[in-house]
Amino acid sequence: MATIAPPVEPAAHALVDDRPFIRKYIFSTDHKIIGIQFLLMSLIFLLIGGSLAMMMRWQLGFPGQPMPGGSLLPETMASNRVILPEFYTSLVTMHGTFMVFFAIMPLLVGVFGNYLIPLKIGAHDMAFPRLNMASFWLAVPAGFIMVAGFFVVGGHAAAGWTAYAPLSANPEYTGVSTGQQLWCVSLIVLGLSSILGAVNYISTVINLRAPGMTWFRMPLSIWALFITAILVLLAMPILSGALIMLLFDQTLGTHFYLPAQGGQPLLWQHLFWFFGHPEVYILILPAMGMVSDIIANGSRKPIFGYHSMVIAIISIGFLGWIVWGHHMFQSGMNPTLGTTFMVSTMLISVPSAIKVFNWLGTLWGGSIKFTVPMLHACSFVAMFVIGGLSGVFMASPPLDMYIHDTYFIVAHLHYVLFGGSLFAIFGAITFWYPKMFGRMMNARLGQIHFFLTFIFYNAVFFPMHQLGLHGHMRRIYDPTRYDFLKPLAGLNRFISISAFLLFASQLLFIVNFIGSWFRGRKAERNPWDDTGLEWTTPSPPPHGNWAVVPRVYHPPYEFGSGLTTEDFLPQDRKLDTLPAPATAPAGG
Amino acid sequence: MSWISWMLPHGASTFVGDVDRIYYIILVITGVAFVIVEIGLVRFLIKYRARPGRPVRYTHGNNTAEVIWTSVVAVTVVVLGLLSAPVWKRIKGRESLPANAMVIRVHVKQFEWNFIYAGPDGKFDTPDDFTRRNQLHLPVNRPVVVELTSEDVIHSFNIPAFRIKQDAVPGMLIRAWFQPTETGVYELGCAELCGLGHYKMRAVVTVLSPEEYQRWLGQQSTTVASK
Repeated sequence: MATIAPPVEPAAHALVDDRPFIRKYIFSTDHKIIGIQFLLMSLIFLLIGGSLAMMMRWQLGFPGQPMPGGSLLPETMASNRVILPEFYTSLVTMHGTFMVFFAIMPLLVGVFGNYLIPLKIGAHDMAFPRLNMASFWLAVPAGFIMVAGFFVVGGHAAAGWTAYAPLSANPEYTGVSTGQQLWCVSLIVLGLSSILGAVNYISTVINLRAPGMTWFRMPLSIWALFITAILVLLAMPILSGALIMLLFDQTLGTHFYLPAQGGQPLLWQHLFWFFGHPEVYILILPAMGMVSDIIANGSRKPIFGYHSMVIAIISIGFLGWIVWGHHMFQSGMNPTLGTTFMVSTMLISVPSAIKVFNWLGTLWGGSIKFTVPMLHACSFVAMFVIGGLSGVFMASPPLDMYIHDTYFIVAHLHYVLFGGSLFAIFGAITFWYPKMFGRMMNARLGQIHFFLTFIFYNAVFFPMHQLGLHGHMRRIYDPTRYDFLKPLAGLNRFISISAFLLFASQLLFIVNFIGSWFRGRKAERNPWDDTGLEWTTPSPPPHGNWAVVPRVYHPPYEFGSGLTTEDFLPQDRKLDTLPAPATAPAGG
Repeated sequence: MSWISWMLPHGASTFVGDVDRIYYIILVITGVAFVIVEIGLVRFLIKYRARPGRPVRYTHGNNTAEVIWTSVVAVTVVVLGLLSAPVWKRIKGRESLPANAMVIRVHVKQFEWNFIYAGPDGKFDTPDDFTRRNQLHLPVNRPVVVELTSEDVIHSFNIPAFRIKQDAVPGMLIRAWFQPTETGVYELGCAELCGLGHYKMRAVVTVLSPEEYQRWLGQQSTTVASK
């Protein structure tokens, strides 16, 4: 297999770091610094996205009542501290936009793609370090442009994060012109950033694996990030193309999506979801990969069914391209196509189920250590199961007819993106924090944060299933307008209060994250007794990661084999007696 | 706290039987899967917690297990697909519109529903056509076809009690049908974000007995004629 690394640089050269401050920490080409830059940026956006959700929950739980702190908002957003409907639609739009594009996606792909790929495959850095720097420094202006939308006349984009045309295409329909245009420009710039990142990840994984790091010795996190990068590379240009047409419709008088002049509104939906469904898997595959790493480590056992896990990742990546129409069952698309998309959607639940069973198989017979990353990883599995099962309901087109555009969908997507991705992110940050910053996060604070988040998270999103089953529509400013929704006011208030508590609990994470950076216990090289290559270098690793790239001898998850005195066998440790047939997989 | 329930609310159209049946079947199947997986997970977490001196079960997997759980899931989803497909065809299929249905044109714009009736002669584009805004009157037990058009943006025709939802897309004429089975008053609400007034885009649906409906129709026609 072509896994020979490029000629190794002379040792002394790789480790001496004489770069000036600005090239070391600001315009850095070091994948680790770029990963940390992405981490800080996306955590800020996670906080912004969460704050927007709090304002929405105030309005839904206490419709028409003055919001505490509402006097800080200008008259165009809140009148007498009461949120205005036009601002509410902007909140809905921007909460989704920030969370999907500026929080979860960069947290998974930008942060861990950057940080983990070279360290876990044994490379000095990315294949194209300057391209990597460009990727981050395009994401920053994209973020500024997106935030700027709140401060322009007419307010921010208000057509939903899905920006369905013609609502988004003609300023007449929302009263928003500049805000919607900034929204498009920002996402086009961000798309470019993601494409540059993806090219880099793909090239790095294909070309820079250390000697002995064969495809099937790659950790599942790297497999997932690799497949994700391919999805990003193929999906983002579709969104960019669709956005450019949308921007032209708004500014240049074209009419790709405007029917009065012969355009087709459904074209936007097809393009958006042809991007959007692979995007959904971009937002979950890396989480699945990292959870696999953490669960194997926490169970002190090899991952169960490594090969079927890899095949499941690849088949999700493939099937993800042919399910987009399930967002459009009720859109006026030919109903026969609905049946086709139902079949592909049902199929994609199979690889997801395989992954869940294999995680359970990994826990089975293990020796489970409940570290904070492990708590998050296990609750990822528990929550992803709920999100996956609720997805079966809307995969059935006739049932989707009832629950489409209701809170059932809101519940479903948050079980996948928050219960799934965000729990995995919390776990991954805690797991790799010592490598990133050289210090451990506080375990006690981490446990309290985990339990509070787990409880309040479920209190917020589980009852949303009930709202949806009662027909509660999404994105409505004031549910009390409807008689049939009036009995749900109490439940809405319960959800809102839980949401405020959930938000407040995140303060613990912020305190832990910042505090541990300065005061945390010093971390040794391998604090979790893990097998991955990243744990063979100092914490944090020097520029260039290793003087000489390691050589890989073993599969990624050799825990508990009994071949070493410890219960783990690092991938790069050569054993005197060859373990060959003993570690060969009995099964998958 | 009766609203914390997995039951669907009472419905009043001919779709209720099929749609609710699929819902309850999926609820039972996913409910069983949920209980098995979550109990398995919690049980493993407790049973296999780290305890000194107990070795781990060193294994890389088991192909038989992979084949079994893959097949079980695959067969289950195929069954769900087979259950759903004919219902979908009967409700939304383009050939499914009943021939004897009453046709109402529904023209939607920000933020109102306009229901255009053919009037007593049963034909559109004649002088006795009349339009009612945000008020939909229907006879019970008679299939209704709505011809959805939109003036501006995408809206969605959504009557939860009838289990019917269909987007109205500008530039397209979309037909959907349903048949109310109980007299009474129901609510219609826009289900697709359509602008700042989305939340108040509500209409009242009144289902009348055939006699009452004829009387109502007569009153509307007199109003039209007296204009």
